[in-house]
Amino acid sequence: MAEKSEYRGNIHQRQKQLMLDWYGKLEQAASGDEPKTCSLMVSGNCVELLEAFGIVPIYPEVNALQLAIRHQSLDPILAAEEMGYAADNCAYVKADIGCLLKGITPTGTRLPEKPTLVLCNFVGCNTYLKWFEHVAKFTGAPLYVIDVPFLRTAEPSKEDVAYVVKQLHELVALLEKLTGRKFDPDRFRHAVACSARSEELWSRIKHLAKVTPSPFDAYFDAITLMGPLYVYRATQEGVDFFTDALAELEAKRSAGEGVYERERFRLVMEGPPPYPYFRTFRDMFAKWQATAVASTYSTVGGLWEFGFRHDPAEPFESVAMHMIAQNVTNRNMLQRYDQMQRYLEEWKADGVIIHFVKSCRLFSAGQGDMRDYFSKQLGVPTLYIESDLEDPRYFAEAQTRTRIDAFFEALEHSKAHPQPRPTVAKGTQLCVLPQA
Amino acid sequence: MLASDIERTFDRYRDLLEDLSFPEVRRWKEADPRRKAVGFFPVYAPVEIIHAAGMLPVGLAGAGDRLDIQHADARFGSFICSIIKTTLELGMTGHLEPFEGLLFSSICDSARNLAFVMKRNFPQKYIDFLHLPHNPSSPASVDFLAAEYRRLIGQLERIGGDYSEEKLRAGIALFNRQRELVRELYAIRAAAPHLLRAWECYVAVRVGNVLPVEEHIALLEQVLAAAPRRDAKKRDSLRVVIEGSFCEQPPLEVIRLIEDAGCDIVEDDFTLAQRWFTEDVPAVGDPVHALAEAYVNRSVYSSVRHDFRKPRWLGLAEKIKASQADAVIFLMAKFCEPAYFDYVPFKQQVELMGLPHLALEYEEKLFTFERLRTEVETFVESLVFD
Ligand code: SF4
Ligand code: SF4
Repeated sequence: MAEKSEYRGNIHQRQKQLMLDWYGKLEQAASGDEPKTCSLMVSGNCVELLEAFGIVPIYPEVNALQLAIRHQSLDPILAAEEMGYAADNCAYVKADIGCLLKGITPTGTRLPEKPTLVLCNFVGCNTYLKWFEHVAKFTGAPLYVIDVPFLRTAEPSKEDVAYVVKQLHELVALLEKLTGRKFDPDRFRHAVACSARSEELWSRIKHLAKVTPSPFDAYFDAITLMGPLYVYRATQEGVDFFTDALAELEAKRSAGEGVYERERFRLVMEGPPPYPYFRTFRDMFAKWQATAVASTYSTVGGLWEFGFRHDPAEPFESVAMHMIAQNVTNRNMLQRYDQMQRYLEEWKADGVIIHFVKSCRLFSAGQGDMRDYFSKQLGVPTLYIESDLEDPRYFAEAQTRTRIDAFFEALEHSKAHPQPRPTVAKGTQLCVLPQA
Repeated sequence: MLASDIERTFDRYRDLLEDLSFPEVRRWKEADPRRKAVGFFPVYAPVEIIHAAGMLPVGLAGAGDRLDIQHADARFGSFICSIIKTTLELGMTGHLEPFEGLLFSSICDSARNLAFVMKRNFPQKYIDFLHLPHNPSSPASVDFLAAEYRRLIGQLERIGGDYSEEKLRAGIALFNRQRELVRELYAIRAAAPHLLRAWECYVAVRVGNVLPVEEHIALLEQVLAAAPRRDAKKRDSLRVVIEGSFCEQPPLEVIRLIEDAGCDIVEDDFTLAQRWFTEDVPAVGDPVHALAEAYVNRSVYSSVRHDFRKPRWLGLAEKIKASQADAVIFLMAKFCEPAYFDYVPFKQQVELMGLPHLALEYEEKLFTFERLRTEVETFVESLVFD
């Protein structure tokens, strides 16, 4: 019997309520002219700018994941495939488009049929471009693409930043036109200031996982906190939520409470989770009392544990910096390797789980090389498993369980008989992350 | 060139394209030990800039069925297109040794990650990733791209390139000429497909990937002069547009079998690198800026170039009208996500125009063609007997 792992404190109830309130606002938008809404992507989102206009974000990714977690993703996926989408297209897109066509929503409440704006914040994922192009085509809503230069050098150049800042100003002009409201710089600065505070709190939560035992699971539990992070980060409600979340988890830490009675393994998780089998998957780790102390997926929206904050003194520039350099999706593969390496060292993890997700080439293309780097070059115990984040047809339960069990058996053995890892000199690091 | 020699020319260039040792690149480099070559992954690269740095730009196009994948499968697992793996395999088996540099760009997620995996595995090479802008509606995108090109120039100089603005202007004029000739070739294809079979046109264009531009221009001029004098009979065929083969290339046999089944391929999106601009790039003024401006405003539509001012399905519609096509064949590389996505709006557009269409999938390493042949034959028959 798997150990019960999921932490259900106040924050769990509060996040649920916050997300319901959000869907409530979207339902209100569906029946009238207000509030204005804007579809955008989770990764490197510029929700601060929307907040400045009082626009409510719609995150199709959040809808898709909610749908999958509730075991409702297959129908819309099949509807999209019927239209001509391929078996190998990202299933997030298929689920979203299928829902759009069939009027399905994750909570049963209505979503606006035509958002005020479809805003594609392109941060690395090329699928985003196609996805939102299609959404705009099918809904008839206006489309704008913010082109964010991919982080192909150690730091963004001043031209990269200037390019994004200029587009943000163009977006402001477009939003003024679409909403009939004047841009309020003070409200924008306030939103940015709220984000900075939410981010500080979120970062402190993530650093709590450095202690042994970690008071929460930085993969499975982090996902609970991620909804509010995207939807409410730039508001006082977000700040309040993360203040309470930190206090609650700090209390657990002070009491020496971990995720399990005894924390046996500490892991770094790479790749999105298999939402259609979220609970089953989690239980496979709970069985071994293995806690994720860090995860790359939880940095999709932003990479705050290494020190970056939005800055009300330079609101446009800091929004641009966040979009270019401070979310995992717009950072290159080797920067992701470095991020994981820092987690391994600073969060004191025993091994790496690489979850290859068929839908998402952004994450998964080249993960075999990542496995090679961690297991061969660094000598870190590494497990590579495959499934999908949205499509329930790609989860091989028995096989996944067997591989996870075998991995932990070996890990247990190697923890009992530690071998020195090959040392990698600092100079050979691939692309160094900015220091906190 | 005599009209009768033309066949042999095509055969020779086909063989050259199939040779994974890049003999023409080696030959070019042997003339001077300081010469360097830069390979670029499809679809587009600013070849003019590489040329202006005194280097040979070479379009990489995977390895077809001529390389056994031994190492790359473990690095790029399931659900990834073949060209990603064959390109990595080419590197891991020493085939990319003639290249001092490799360029990638923002076409898709797999290609993007490949750039950085290559960087880790071949630290001695210059490997770079160009971000080509996705928001041409913004006036800032030209300045951004010009800065990106200047960054590239700096990197090419670092590895020994000898760049000058003068040379870039001259290079732009040369590549303009190359593209002009390719346009003429396609004009023959559209007007008199029997004078130039699709596979021949394909080979003549694609060989521009591996030849110095001056030589490619000479070759195209010869083909253009010889083609009208060929003794070939008109066929009664279906005029088709091929869409979806912009990156990984179909085996030549697939192009042939489509023709053999009774189709004249009058337009396509094969090897777009030699056809990238719809009109000449101005060779005056600041050439870096001119090249950037051309990318933003004068590029062909493609599944991997994004311009929300004008949806690419309208680009396809124009192509169909201009080439007076009767049907569209979507010929897509397996696991090519940009092609898969575009298939949906493209198909809707073609249906709106009332044209028949067929979707086919291939892999560059395909070697049995019976299933594809049957599908195309059935499609053609259904239209002929309609
Ligand atoms: S490819 Fe990955 S990052 Fe992109 S939309 Fe799909 S799941 Fe999200
Ligand atoms: S064939 Fe398609 S998926 Fe593969 S590298 Fe090219 S564009 Fe990307």
